[in-house]
Amino acid sequence: MTAPFLQVKDLQVSFPTDDGLVRSVNDVSFGVARGETLGIVGESGSGKSVTSLAIMGLLKGAKRSGEIWLDGISLLDASSEEVRKLRGRKMAMIFQDPLSAMHPFYSVGQQIIEAYRIHHRVTKAVARKHAIDMLNRVGIPRPDKRVDDYPHQFSGGMRQRAMIAMALSCDPELLIADEPTTALDVTVQAQILDLIRDLQRDFNTAVILITHDLGVVSELSDNILVMYAGRAAEYASAEDLFTAPEHPYTWGLLGSMPRLDAEPTDRLLQIKGTPPSMINVPAGCAFHPRCPYADLASRTLVPPLTEVAPGHRVACHIPVEERRRIWQHDIRPAVEGGR
Amino acid sequence: MAGFVIRRALGAVLLLVVTSMVTFAIFFVVPRLAGQTVDQLAAQYVGKDPSQAEIEATKVKLGLDQPITVQYGRFVKGIVAGREYSFGPSTEYCPPPCFGYSFKTQRPVWPDLVDRMEVTASLAFGASVLWLLAGVSIGVLSALRKGSFFDRAAMITALAGVSLPIFFTGLLSLALFLPTGVSYVSITDDPLAWAKNLLLPWITLAFLYAALYARLTRAGMLETMGEDYIRTARAKGLPERIVVTRHALRATLTPILTVFGLDIGLLLGGAVLTESTFSLPGIGRYAIDAINNNDLPQVLGVTMLAAFFIVVANLIVDLLYAVADPRVRLS
Amino acid sequence: MNSFGEGSPGRGQAGRDLVARPMDVVPLEVPPEAPQGETLLEVEALTKHFPAHSGLFKPKQLVKAVDGVSFTVTAGETLGLVGESGCGKTTTGRLLVRLIEPTSGRIVFDGRDITHLRPGQMRPLRRDIQMIFQDPYSSLNPRHTVGAIVGAPFRIQKISTEGGVKKSVQELLELVGLSPEHYNRYPHEFSGGQRQRIGIARTLALKPKLIIADEPVSALDVSIQAQVINLLEDLQDTLGLTYLVIAHDLSVVRHISDRVAVMYLGKIAELGPRKSLYETPMHPYTVALMSAVPIPGPASTKRPKRIRLEGDVPSPLDPPPACPFHTRCWKAQDVCRQIEPPLRELRPGHRVACHFPENAPGDGAAVAGTG
Repeated sequence: MTAPFLQVKDLQVSFPTDDGLVRSVNDVSFGVARGETLGIVGESGSGKSVTSLAIMGLLKGAKRSGEIWLDGISLLDASSEEVRKLRGRKMAMIFQDPLSAMHPFYSVGQQIIEAYRIHHRVTKAVARKHAIDMLNRVGIPRPDKRVDDYPHQFSGGMRQRAMIAMALSCDPELLIADEPTTALDVTVQAQILDLIRDLQRDFNTAVILITHDLGVVSELSDNILVMYAGRAAEYASAEDLFTAPEHPYTWGLLGSMPRLDAEPTDRLLQIKGTPPSMINVPAGCAFHPRCPYADLASRTLVPPLTEVAPGHRVACHIPVEERRRIWQHDIRPAVEGGR
Repeated sequence: MAGFVIRRALGAVLLLVVTSMVTFAIFFVVPRLAGQTVDQLAAQYVGKDPSQAEIEATKVKLGLDQPITVQYGRFVKGIVAGREYSFGPSTEYCPPPCFGYSFKTQRPVWPDLVDRMEVTASLAFGASVLWLLAGVSIGVLSALRKGSFFDRAAMITALAGVSLPIFFTGLLSLALFLPTGVSYVSITDDPLAWAKNLLLPWITLAFLYAALYARLTRAGMLETMGEDYIRTARAKGLPERIVVTRHALRATLTPILTVFGLDIGLLLGGAVLTESTFSLPGIGRYAIDAINNNDLPQVLGVTMLAAFFIVVANLIVDLLYAVADPRVRLS
Repeated sequence: MNSFGEGSPGRGQAGRDLVARPMDVVPLEVPPEAPQGETLLEVEALTKHFPAHSGLFKPKQLVKAVDGVSFTVTAGETLGLVGESGCGKTTTGRLLVRLIEPTSGRIVFDGRDITHLRPGQMRPLRRDIQMIFQDPYSSLNPRHTVGAIVGAPFRIQKISTEGGVKKSVQELLELVGLSPEHYNRYPHEFSGGQRQRIGIARTLALKPKLIIADEPVSALDVSIQAQVINLLEDLQDTLGLTYLVIAHDLSVVRHISDRVAVMYLGKIAELGPRKSLYETPMHPYTVALMSAVPIPGPASTKRPKRIRLEGDVPSPLDPPPACPFHTRCWKAQDVCRQIEPPLRELRPGHRVACHFPENAPGDGAAVAGTG
């Protein structure tokens, strides 16, 4: 078996602050193959965005250790100039709020042209034609006219399309989408998710989709990484994660979401408490103060990420059989309700 | 865009009209409201120890015996078409644009202002080039190396620049470098001597403004560098140099442009302290002399001119802003 | 009882929520059971047109933010108002509490026409209608203590309570799952979810009859959303509250509402009982909206066929004539471009504004007539 296109091993990211070293990401490992999508799910402060920015090399003042391999290149060993040349061409990124993520003073076309010409020695006219092609490709009507419009003249959905056009202009092999639909309405969200799926198929791109929404992640992902307080809580195929989740945090996330496909229950399964601040992460399993099943071990020891089934890893102290029993008897009926 | 320009230009004209009304009111209406008689008001426009006959003459010449609206009408007509001040046989003609006529010096104000304009403009534009270059580049470097030795040194120097008054830095630099003082030479006569003489005033004035601009630029850059679109620019793979110049600086400079325009406008109305310190015969110096001599028409003229520059500077800034920021243009 | 992890012996005891459940604490004097089935709020043809910013020489334009909206809210129920951005749902909420003046229409609250009450006359009504805001960060004054914030309504309305304001505030804090010791703390010491609880406590201070919640959970993390939704529901059970919940999230609205109104471009497209509306939506827009919601689950789950709406919502500056949805509707015919469909009751309590409704009893197309 060859290594996947992107391979992250034991990634650690920490920031020196006045309150000491903040470890935003701890021992996170995953791989993404070409044409495959990894969903990273977590709440605010879970380290999901920091992980993606660490891959892109866009974190200022952060200390990174571990390994990040992109198509055989070690990103942590490469010089910043080498990594810069990979950005945009080999790996690209789209962000949550396309209005603030695009420069307000330059037209959409100018920004795509700029992205293309960094990595390709072509004339402005050629790049402009490419920009129009890309806008057309992402479904913007009358691209030859809209190319000269400014970001604020686009609607939210169109802006995100333009952002995708910009990210894909150099045909990157890895696309990181950080909450790409959070700022959009639900019908527009569906359009953008469809678009990402179509483009991924056409370009055979590896995609990392970062989101807090389990619904969004299940639309696209082959594998899902659930992060909590900078660590991997559960890492599984989408199939396994939704049919046989084993981490109490995953259960909580599933139970917290009211869903359209099930008869509403009286009360949602809630997780008590709040996500921890990264300055003051609970000892042991970071989830233990919110976990109803926490025992002494959870309070003192960080649970290792253990493989419970092929490709399914969980970091939890509860014995496997016990976990499966709790899921089957207590959680699943409540989550799936009258489905 | 054309509509935008027309709207702004009309607004500027309106503002000028309002300014003229306010200025007129300050000089001719407010004193009356404060209890001055017409005679007392007229007396201020004549020389020292005026005789009753002179007061009467000035009163008629200025039209102080007429209703306010007529007075204002003449005032505006003077600016547009020129004006005659006559009482019996004695008539003084003030060609357009008539910014007033000094009965003390027996000269219309405008030609004097024009003579002095060159000095003030030389001072303002020369200094502005210096402070813009120095202030912005120091501000950018400081922001990029926030917390470094350079940053701290620059910001302490900037604090000094902002805090030290011009007459202090000016007199100090004169004493140190040019104890003989400066004497203005027109640029048309001898450009080299012009620059040589103005160098010290330029540096002195620019020191103050560069300090202000360095702080402004630094704060603006720090804010801009944290924007999402800067992260996007980096994610595209742009070299840091281009991220800083084309993306960050472009956004940072736009608001600074506003301040810059207003500062130039203000200075063109007279760099009072600098001109006084270096004895440069500019508008500011003229204003000081006018006040010392209690020559109200001259003070009025300078006030009008300063207001005019500020309004025009404002208009230019607005238009430039629209060129720089498409959101302004198209909203 | 459906709390997380309960009922697993050995470990289950730990499963009790740390968050005090409102049922577990002694509630404030519970008002007499709200009279069920009585109309509390009646809104008739409510309209709000904002003048649009336009040029010097351009004709004046109007943004039709809310355009002839009618509905009622019955005491003790929850009405959900759902729609995408720009549909007018937030404006509607603000009109109801009279934060903005309606252009026309009528608002009747508790049998009294409040449409044109002056601010002074509104003041006593502010006790009865309260609002919960989306952003728990900006809706609390950072310089005031929690005690001052939650106690403010008592002071403003000059109400003295048994045991003093402080005791009442502490009871309220307990009611929403905070600790009485939080009385002297400041908002910044709390997380987003806790701040939303503080906001809710403030709202409850004067025992309002109607609470309008504008996106009460959309700024919160998923796990916190569930806590706040549960809290709102528990409070409704305990205190007999009536809610108007404004939200963009169809799943949240479905969970919390008894009846739901779907808005599109300032108008109500469909309004009906929760079950009827979600199981047999009649307006094509509702159908499309629901099919667009991603369902968490493996790829193998059966998903409804997604209806892909083309383009964006048209500008409320220039809404399409007749049926506002006809530009994006796959069923649109000439009649939709010419005649605005009225909001008709096609099932008990379930009304829809469409010429060619889906899932209509009988043959949907026939209802449209030949017009």
